[in-house]
Amino acid sequence: MTADTALWYASRATGVVCLLLMTAVVLLGILVTRQGRLPGLPRFAVTGLHRNLSLLAVLFLVIHVLTAILDPFVAIGLAATVVPLASPYRPVWIGLGAVAFDLMAALVLTSLARARIGRRAWRAVHWLAYACWPLSLAHGLGSSGDLRSGPLLWLSAACAAAVAAALAVRALAWAGQVPPASRAAAELARQEAAARQQAAAARPEAAVRQEDLLARRQAVLGGQDTALARHHAALAAGTGLAAREAGR
Amino acid sequence: MSRALRLNPVACAGHGACAELLPELISLDEWGYPVLAPGPVPAGLARRARRAVAACPALALAMATAGSADSAHSEKTQSQDRAGPSAGPARLRT
Amino acid sequence: MTVTSPAGPVPPGLSARPPGPALPRLLPPGGRPGGLAGHLAVLGPLPYRGGPGRLIADVAASGLTGRGGAAFPVARKLAAVAAGRRPVVVGNGAESEPLSGKDAALLRAAPHLVLDGLQLAAEAVGACRAILAVHPGGYAGGALTGALAQRQAAGLDRVPVELAEATGGFLTGQETALVSALNGGLGRPAFTPPRVSERGVGGHPTLVQNVETLSHLALIARYGAAWFRSVGTGAEPGSMLATAWQADGRAAVTEATLGTPLGRLLDLRGPVQAVLVGGYHGTWLPAGQAAGLALSNASLHPAGAAAGAGVLAALPAGRCGLAETARVTRYLALASSGQCGPCLNGLPRIAAGLAELAGARPRPTVIHDLERWAGLTSGRGACHHPDGTVRFVRSALVTFAAETAAHAAGWCTAPGAAPFLLVPADQTAASGGRR
Repeated sequence: MTADTALWYASRATGVVCLLLMTAVVLLGILVTRQGRLPGLPRFAVTGLHRNLSLLAVLFLVIHVLTAILDPFVAIGLAATVVPLASPYRPVWIGLGAVAFDLMAALVLTSLARARIGRRAWRAVHWLAYACWPLSLAHGLGSSGDLRSGPLLWLSAACAAAVAAALAVRALAWAGQVPPASRAAAELARQEAAARQQAAAARPEAAVRQEDLLARRQAVLGGQDTALARHHAALAAGTGLAAREAGR
Repeated sequence: MSRALRLNPVACAGHGACAELLPELISLDEWGYPVLAPGPVPAGLARRARRAVAACPALALAMATAGSADSAHSEKTQSQDRAGPSAGPARLRT
Repeated sequence: MTVTSPAGPVPPGLSARPPGPALPRLLPPGGRPGGLAGHLAVLGPLPYRGGPGRLIADVAASGLTGRGGAAFPVARKLAAVAAGRRPVVVGNGAESEPLSGKDAALLRAAPHLVLDGLQLAAEAVGACRAILAVHPGGYAGGALTGALAQRQAAGLDRVPVELAEATGGFLTGQETALVSALNGGLGRPAFTPPRVSERGVGGHPTLVQNVETLSHLALIARYGAAWFRSVGTGAEPGSMLATAWQADGRAAVTEATLGTPLGRLLDLRGPVQAVLVGGYHGTWLPAGQAAGLALSNASLHPAGAAAGAGVLAALPAGRCGLAETARVTRYLALASSGQCGPCLNGLPRIAAGLAELAGARPRPTVIHDLERWAGLTSGRGACHHPDGTVRFVRSALVTFAAETAAHAAGWCTAPGAAPFLLVPADQTAASGGRR
């Protein structure tokens, strides 16, 4: 490796690191939406890592781009970093990288300014992350042969598998969520079922208590109160409140 | 200028990062949603409060100037509940 | 030279008129037949003031507050919206409170009064767009469209009025939910800021006023602030429409001055056990206490109640107050838009707990759970739905304490009684759109 090719190697190496970091960022991003946790770490660490790793990825991305431009081995102009198909060298594959770079810039800039642009705008742009990652992988696969053979091939395959799995989890969760209009009804049904279950479980004690109370009341009032007598009769006949509840 | 924490309950999904970063002012109820301490943020906690605001994945937490109608939302409704209904800004029906 | 009528100074630009009507003002018996012509014959021409902002001073002097439930000073709202660019005016006749019938009555019997108020409000804030939102089915067989057509033909309306039909959910009349529906959204309450007076329909500052409020506005513009203040109390002037549900199940919409004793609106002499003041976000009061109160916030606030939108219901003896409350709370829980964690979690649990309390042999822990959930739910949503529901439930637990004790002991004062309070059969939560 000479001084000439050092830049080219640096670009390829930082490209691989970038891909790894971005994979981690996507996985962490999906973990945040699922309100998941990393073992041994507090909740804010998931969002914190997602944010910090993305900034680190930006750093490596900038180095990756700069070394690629400065390298005399391949002709990639400055314009090609943001304008697709402007590169004389492998215009399509570098172009994909340019698109991914633009998306990355949009993601990071809007996230840094999200308090100012508001929730809706920020979230809308953030969806582009799902486009950014595959474009980056495609760019990596096509721009040089590195990822197409040897251990790096396994690495890219592993990254792709991880992201695919995470995406599947995300998609299933999104498909399975209760539509907003039915959330209250669903929650009410759950709570009513839970309350019925707990009440049924507690019933034996309550039944004993009730008999005690009625017996005491009868002893005190001598059974003269007609309303009470009616209640007793109803209970005895199984048509009282308890029976009505049980039958419901 | 004192500032108070303000929560957007529609945006809040109960991630709970805020309560971890600012336990002095934010605790979680039994369903995982934050309960904010009323009043302005003490000067010593301002930096931590800003960090908690930045950490919310849903951008549901914000710092608003204390004493403005915005930050006083939760205080107002709580006092409404204690003292009975009062004529606050028309929210429910007009 | 100021022209004075017996009721006080008449607004400038109007010649001396006969004094404004005594009660009833909004809904005279027999109505005002003859459509638009009859309306104008009795009340005179629509008194446009010739520019935005001029009516606001009169409204401020009158002390008119919103009649939709929150009683916010109307002049302040007008001023806030008038300060914005290209405001929109919305007349809120959605009346999503099941027990309330006053807005429907007003739109049926005095649509031109409401539409006058809408035009005057639009002029006062400088709006060029006006919308009238009505209850589902509230087009009243074309009566409203007919009324609008008449006004159009007569060239009376300066701002074209659009009719919109709200969906039937309990929260659709809520200010931000209504604006969301008018914007083509899902019709769910939104977190404020920004308030609708800053950003509402189409992103413009929006004035949302109850149709009764607009009716009072139309009369104040004709007869002046002093006339409006000639009834009612000093702090709460004027009159309001009340929907009173008697113990025999009959309901009527009556107009009453602020400060009228509740005993005059509800027949509390018979076997009435409790009174619900303020509808399903209101307060249960024992009948004896209610008999000593009046329809004004000054009288009701110390008792923990509020006049709200004037809904009063007398619960007869021979009903189970807990069962009634449990049924209504279930409806309120289903009405939650499910956007805020505390409301979505708290209201269903409270509803289920109340159902257990109203049933046979509730567990002794239910009451404590209810209190805890109530504390965690109230005041923590984007709108006041959880607050109102908790207020309703807490007042029930207090007013029906004896019934609660009876249930704990295993019996009910009214087992198997037919339901009394009206709960709509369609119990889906507020959901969208404008037809």
